[in-house]
Amino acid sequence: MYRPALLATALAAAFPAYANSDLDALRAELKDMKAAYEARIQALEARLQQTEARSTPAQTAAAAEPSAQPATARRGFNPDVSLILQGKYAHLDNRDERFVSGFAGAGEHGHGGSKRGFSVDGSELVLSASVDPYFRGYLNAVLDDGEVEVEEAWFQTSSLGRGLSVKGGRYKSGIGYQNEQHPHAWDFATNNLMYEVLFGEGYVQDGLQLKWLAPTDTFLELGAELGNGNAFPATNNGNNGANSVALFGHVGGDVGASNSWRAGLSWLSARPRGRAFESHDINDVEVAGDFSGKSRTWLADFVWKWAPNGNPTQQNFKFAAEYFQRKESGNLACDDADPGNPSLCTGGLAAPFSADQTGFYTQAVYQFMPQWRVGYRYDRLLRGDVAFNGSDAGNTFETLADYDPRRHSLMVDYSPSEFSRLRLQYSRDKAQQGVDENQFYVQYIMSLGSHGAHKF
Amino acid sequence: MKPFRILIRLGAALGLACGGSAHAALNVFACEPEWAALASAIGGDKASVYTATTAYQDPHRIEARPSLIARARSADLLVCTGAELEIGWLPVILADAGNRAIQTGQPGQFLAADYVTLLEKPAVLDRSAGDVHAAGNPHIQTDPRNFTRIGAALAARMAALDPPEAAHYRARWADFASRWDAAIARWEGQAAPLKGVPVVVQHNAFPYLERWLGLKRVAVLEAKPGVAPSLGQLAEVKARLAATPARMVLRAAYQPPRPSAWIADQAGLAQVVLPFTVGGDAQSGDLFGLFDSTVSKLLAGLR
Repeated sequence: MYRPALLATALAAAFPAYANSDLDALRAELKDMKAAYEARIQALEARLQQTEARSTPAQTAAAAEPSAQPATARRGFNPDVSLILQGKYAHLDNRDERFVSGFAGAGEHGHGGSKRGFSVDGSELVLSASVDPYFRGYLNAVLDDGEVEVEEAWFQTSSLGRGLSVKGGRYKSGIGYQNEQHPHAWDFATNNLMYEVLFGEGYVQDGLQLKWLAPTDTFLELGAELGNGNAFPATNNGNNGANSVALFGHVGGDVGASNSWRAGLSWLSARPRGRAFESHDINDVEVAGDFSGKSRTWLADFVWKWAPNGNPTQQNFKFAAEYFQRKESGNLACDDADPGNPSLCTGGLAAPFSADQTGFYTQAVYQFMPQWRVGYRYDRLLRGDVAFNGSDAGNTFETLADYDPRRHSLMVDYSPSEFSRLRLQYSRDKAQQGVDENQFYVQYIMSLGSHGAHKF
Repeated sequence: MKPFRILIRLGAALGLACGGSAHAALNVFACEPEWAALASAIGGDKASVYTATTAYQDPHRIEARPSLIARARSADLLVCTGAELEIGWLPVILADAGNRAIQTGQPGQFLAADYVTLLEKPAVLDRSAGDVHAAGNPHIQTDPRNFTRIGAALAARMAALDPPEAAHYRARWADFASRWDAAIARWEGQAAPLKGVPVVVQHNAFPYLERWLGLKRVAVLEAKPGVAPSLGQLAEVKARLAATPARMVLRAAYQPPRPSAWIADQAGLAQVVLPFTVGGDAQSGDLFGLFDSTVSKLLAGLR
């Protein structure tokens, strides 16, 4: 049934010759084509004569042929390539260590912006294209000193239909709102505290994602992911099957022509085994250990965008907020990081550990005139209950002290075009207990190459 | 595995619920209002047409909003300009809509720019020249003669996608095409005084209109396409206009008024705000109204 229909359509597209007016159109098109070709042939002949005047006939043929093709003809077969250059200047206090108090966070991996002075962030190289009529492929590699990190490398089906799509490989998980964004698409120079403690930067894993979009006028998307869990809070346990499962749902729509919104709920479950834990005890002696147990995270996200008549070029406004709850329970084993420096964990200590923690960020960004935006973000984490060895974990570990981290950030950015952005940011950082730091950032983001389309 | 099973069941249930009402109308997702109007004119009550953007939005810069993704999900036919006009947002919609029918290369994807000869193909592709389109200038809807060809192809495509109603589409198109040809003759007659009139344009959005009516473009306010002109650049245009004077400055309804207003004031030009597409002003309720309004506004600019 389907094939003849397809064939007919293809034929119809090629020869739209039904009514008289179609014939007329065809004639007009042919006439135009003829005129265009004549012009082109004339141009070619002129060029041929020029070239012949100064080179041998063999060279002429080689030189004339490629120029006969339009510049765009071959582009379609090459992947879209784009390169993102980013870096910053950071004016920070001289601190021995930077961590988020009260949370067993993802640690060093984060884009927390802890480098002082000038620094180049990883340059993102992005390649993407349709593989064939059935799949498309995407690679995002981050080039850094002495290493290339594959941030994303996936294929996605494009021909399943019925609102279904399957993504496989390494991908940024569809949970939450900011999670799928790369740092160059963030509205601030630094990550928010919530994502910093939850995932370091964002949750990326190797696995499979199934998404389904409901056939309704209101946007409703459901997704499920199975992954090997090779990123915090999960661990890759070296077994068959999935070490991490994520489920998410998003709804969204418009209110009039000027407003649009999206809201979501996500759930991430993992069973980490031997997940590294680095901390200090309350006497500031380093300890090292690992955690095994289960980790469950809920995320709720909401984004609202406004633009007059839905035209964001002059003015627009964006509000985003996300909230999380993470519960972890299991066993924490710890020992001295340096055997010569005995800590409270001396001789090895393994005891039950549990945590029930929440937090959120909320941000508003306003483009008040073309090219200029201002933004404010408030990050706040609620440390909640963290227990180790039958008492509050803050009695053993300094980094898990009973403290609610928070941070205010104010930014202004200037985008000369869609492809370049310069940003100034001020943050008042109280993420670590006993610290109240004024931070200043100057950041640039430049994107070269193909026109990357951004998500909502 | 339990969540998966729930998901599949939910999907099946919704699929059944929606499958019941299949073969109603041909669902058309039109990227711009002019293609929505054309599809409606051909489809009549057999096509249900959704318009993704309005005349007050810049078709280059549209947010890939959830509502657009949801609407693209159930489309049988996507009608867009193409020629990279929608490159900043359409790829996201196509990737997230999970709709096989409208993907690139499928009969359900109809790009109007494929059926006309594009003007102003850039010789050099470099971003330092601003937001250039490799395929040529995509604002093809400002010449009514383009609709004759695009409409013929679109009618054939709709007939192929919805064979039971093929005769309906062909008949409606034949009727539209004859009225359209008469209207073009009328507009050309009315617009005769515009031939050779020198104009300034804000964005290079009207090369097809200029060619059709014989308008002479002497300056573009945007020195680089898609980049708002600076005061220095405007002053440069003003200096150039002293040597080669123009009669009016044209801008599309969605564009900011200030650059046009400034040059109109400084160089003594008439300001003409063209609807640019269906819905761009009160008169442009359909394609006929669009060109009635365009021609009358241009003529008013002469006075």
